[in-house]
Amino acid sequence: MEEPRIGVFVCHCGINIAAYVKVPDLVEYVKQLPNVVHAERNLFTCSEEGVSAIKKGIKEYNLNRVVVASCTPRTHEPLFRAACEEAGLNKYLFEFVNIRDQCSWVHMREPERATEKAKDLIRMGVVKARLLEPLEEIEMKVAPSTLVIGGGVVGMEAALNLAKQDFDVHLVEKEPEFGGTLRSIHKLFQANQEAAKLVKLLVEQVKNHPKIHTHLSSKIKKVTGFIGNFDVNLDEQGEEKKFNVGTIIVAVGAQPLKPTGQYGYGKMANVLTQLELEERMKRGEPLGQNVVMVNCVGARIPERTYCSRICCMTAIKNASLIKESNPKAKVWVLHRDLMTYGVDFESYYRRAMELGVRFIRYSLEKPPEVIGDGKAERIKVYHELWRKEIELPCDMLVLTTPLIPAEDNQDISKMLKVSLDEFGFLLEAHLKLRPVEFAMDGIYICGSARWPTDVTEGVAQAYAAASKAAGPLRMGYVKAEAINAFVNEDECSGCGICELLCPFQAIELQPRDEKRVSHVNEAVCKGCGTCAAACPSSAITMHHFTDEQILAQVEALFSQI
Amino acid sequence: MITLTIDSQKVQVEEGATILEAAQKAGIEIPTLCYHKALTPYGACRLCVVEITSGGRTVTQASCLRKAEEGMEVQNNSERIIRGRKIMIELLLARCPNSEEIQKLAEKLGVKETRLKKKNEDCMLCGLCVRVCHEKMGVAAISFVNRGSRREVKPPFETYSEVCRTCGACATVCPNDAIKIEDVTKNKPILMPSEFNMGLESRHPIYLPFPQAIPKVPVIDPDSCAHFIEGKCKVCENFCGPKAINYDMKEEYLDLNVGAIVLASGLDLYDISKLGEYGYGKIANVITAMEFERLTAASGPTMGELKRPSDGRIPENIAFIQCVGSRDFRNKAYCSSVCCMHATKEAMLAFEHRPGTKSTIFYMDMRAVGKRFQEYIARAKKEYNVTYIRGRPGRIEVNPENDNPVIWYEETISGEVKCFEAELVVLAQAMVPQITDELAKILGIELDEEGFVKIPDKLSQPLNSTRPGVFACGYVHSPRDIPDSVTQASGAAGKAAEELASSRLNRDSQGGK
Repeated sequence: MEEPRIGVFVCHCGINIAAYVKVPDLVEYVKQLPNVVHAERNLFTCSEEGVSAIKKGIKEYNLNRVVVASCTPRTHEPLFRAACEEAGLNKYLFEFVNIRDQCSWVHMREPERATEKAKDLIRMGVVKARLLEPLEEIEMKVAPSTLVIGGGVVGMEAALNLAKQDFDVHLVEKEPEFGGTLRSIHKLFQANQEAAKLVKLLVEQVKNHPKIHTHLSSKIKKVTGFIGNFDVNLDEQGEEKKFNVGTIIVAVGAQPLKPTGQYGYGKMANVLTQLELEERMKRGEPLGQNVVMVNCVGARIPERTYCSRICCMTAIKNASLIKESNPKAKVWVLHRDLMTYGVDFESYYRRAMELGVRFIRYSLEKPPEVIGDGKAERIKVYHELWRKEIELPCDMLVLTTPLIPAEDNQDISKMLKVSLDEFGFLLEAHLKLRPVEFAMDGIYICGSARWPTDVTEGVAQAYAAASKAAGPLRMGYVKAEAINAFVNEDECSGCGICELLCPFQAIELQPRDEKRVSHVNEAVCKGCGTCAAACPSSAITMHHFTDEQILAQVEALFSQI
Repeated sequence: MITLTIDSQKVQVEEGATILEAAQKAGIEIPTLCYHKALTPYGACRLCVVEITSGGRTVTQASCLRKAEEGMEVQNNSERIIRGRKIMIELLLARCPNSEEIQKLAEKLGVKETRLKKKNEDCMLCGLCVRVCHEKMGVAAISFVNRGSRREVKPPFETYSEVCRTCGACATVCPNDAIKIEDVTKNKPILMPSEFNMGLESRHPIYLPFPQAIPKVPVIDPDSCAHFIEGKCKVCENFCGPKAINYDMKEEYLDLNVGAIVLASGLDLYDISKLGEYGYGKIANVITAMEFERLTAASGPTMGELKRPSDGRIPENIAFIQCVGSRDFRNKAYCSSVCCMHATKEAMLAFEHRPGTKSTIFYMDMRAVGKRFQEYIARAKKEYNVTYIRGRPGRIEVNPENDNPVIWYEETISGEVKCFEAELVVLAQAMVPQITDELAKILGIELDEEGFVKIPDKLSQPLNSTRPGVFACGYVHSPRDIPDSVTQASGAAGKAAEELASSRLNRDSQGGK
């Protein structure tokens, strides 16, 4: 192997790193390390200037290894790898040292020690860089079809967008009809469109499109495989079906919380949720002359801290509908902050006030009280702005509750190996940079399954997810990350522990000569390292994280102690 | 091309080049003081004098003035030349003993002290200021006046110049800081505010907008560039190595044939100086949120130090006022959507810059509707010393003793009218869509009453404008933050892809690129 010539680029990251870690000291330190032929610092290595510096450095100093000490591989590893490739270096001869998330950001109050730690981290990175080897990625074909899980408005729109781009779509819905939550909704903000009409229109399009294969009353039993090649097992009305798709979009929606035990819900007949109110309005049932709505029931409380984003508008919409159909009715909306953000919502809120809907601010510490025998008759509430307690007459009490994760989320999470957040909603790869993708390649998310959303935003998300899903479909192939497991077949004893432990079913025993040895499916292997750690014969190495490399890093760390 | 020898080294230059230019090209150092790349050589300082042998004769001449000739032999380091230079620098040191430039050169030449009687001048009569004013600015506001030992640089008739354009070129080019604009004219210079840094610092007529600009190429502002105004200067051209400056560049009109258009022109900041009650523009320590962002940015005018405008002190008590210009019938009736969250972020940032900083956010409704936003607010209250007060301030005054803004507000929860003194006030300015009626007309789309792109069918076609094939995303569509804008961006791309699908399908099939 040629003599390593390592270039180290230490990033200031503006002030994210530089304010806490002495970057010039790091550069001076790095210059003394063996095999480091060039070291420099950049204000923002990820800027055009920084990336050019890497490419220039490689050429000028004839570098054959590059180390960047900056933020996290999650943000810019692809960028720096591409820079290396453009300068003629194999992208796996690049090592990323995280001195931001793992150093400056967590040790803000101890800058001296943070600087020392950064030196340790970079030393370890350089030592590993010395031992890196070039790797090649393999290409895998992508099947030109997508699975959309969830046939609500959002799922249907995603399916239609892909079908119009001439891709096959399997649209799977667990209920006997399409439409999801919108089947229960009465009218939609802004022009009071009937939800049923919107659903009907979409269902017609979906059913008539030749590229969309609909599966109603269907539950997904199993999904195996990887991006480009997912094998789906379906139970469609008792019948087993199988098909193969390239990408998957999850659009399973969410469910409204039923606040049993609160404000008499479940006991008093005239206490409902907003959705139940919608259903009554749809059926044309009488609602009474005095309607009180209480917002944030079960939301923005210590047990469930989040704001469900769309419920203020739902309450205001329903309140406006009641006033429009019965101008003499009295409607109060009790709230703890009105989330009518943006242009349309704010003006709708004003319009509701002009219609005569009354808004009363209450606080978490002094919630409203329901007074009545068998049914809600009066609501007592401490009006925050009048600073006194008032009583409202009540024919119907409507509780505005948040959307909570669908029951399916747990199953989806296990089946597709995607993560959930602390509330149980499905977790996107990155809140800002990858809002409609999962960390798992080839699987995308849209609608309330990720976070409560209304139709307007949900449909935009559906297009976004479809757009992302179409990428690999259109390319026809994807490249598998070369950081994967590698079996030394001579050392392998055929015990099968790795096969049992692999979370992705990426390794299995296969016959070879007279014995059986483990074989890695490089396309599926995610490089997690579980098999390598468990192998009793030490027969498995991880590319780019070999035992030699890791032990060298550990030695480098302790060499200073 | 001419070949000459300098200090036994052969050097090739183009015809017309001076000996000094030839030496610089070859990396041979000849000291200079009154030389400037962009100005005609003057030969005032005599430091660049060299021995020149040409055509059999040997003379000593200023290398900045004498042109290179074929076969010339130049001695830069002979004993005679070095001795001459030392005497020159002693003379200069005697005239301007406090000049750092001359001191540096003296040290380099090995001269520690001058044996001559010291004067106390700043100006060494190098003529750089005069030359730049005449040749480059074309103004000639200053010149050499008087003769002999009374020679100096002044405006004509030794009064203040009326024609001086306060460009500052004389002050910039002077090695000794001997001349200032105030010496030349009573006219006051008007600084060109840096647009990117919200006017918190100035920029030049030729400038790079910001360090991460893409493309990373400087731009010339024709409204303030002397060349475009007077037809003179062009100093930048002299300095540009790759000769990349082209003053004749014109706008190009390109004809593009496309099947879909995505509008993502983003937001603009609403001008809140008309909201007189907040004192923005009058009270120094009342700034906008965007100015706060520039002050705390590492690439900003203060390199990331939150220095308050009046005295540069780091404030430890900051007030943030929400809905400035938003949710306001006199200005913008709508909610700008992102300010509740960015104010909280800014408060937390201030705490990180100066631990212990107390921030108070005056709000109407706390709109934390996105993923993890409520938890962020809770963390701000718990760990970053942020307090939220519900109330919309009516007026900001200033405490003349310390320049602290004083906020008058009604605390709605208690109904009391109170005043709050802060060291810095940050106004969450309203944001508007960045699109003009003219651009909308060119695109053939309609805008709604607030200037956002009109979306006729918000339920089933939320990204479609009034014109088929033109899609909108981001703030120009409706007020939204980064995650929602990124989502809409992918969505608009998806819609555009849908639009183009049929033509692409005819062209390529799945599996090709």
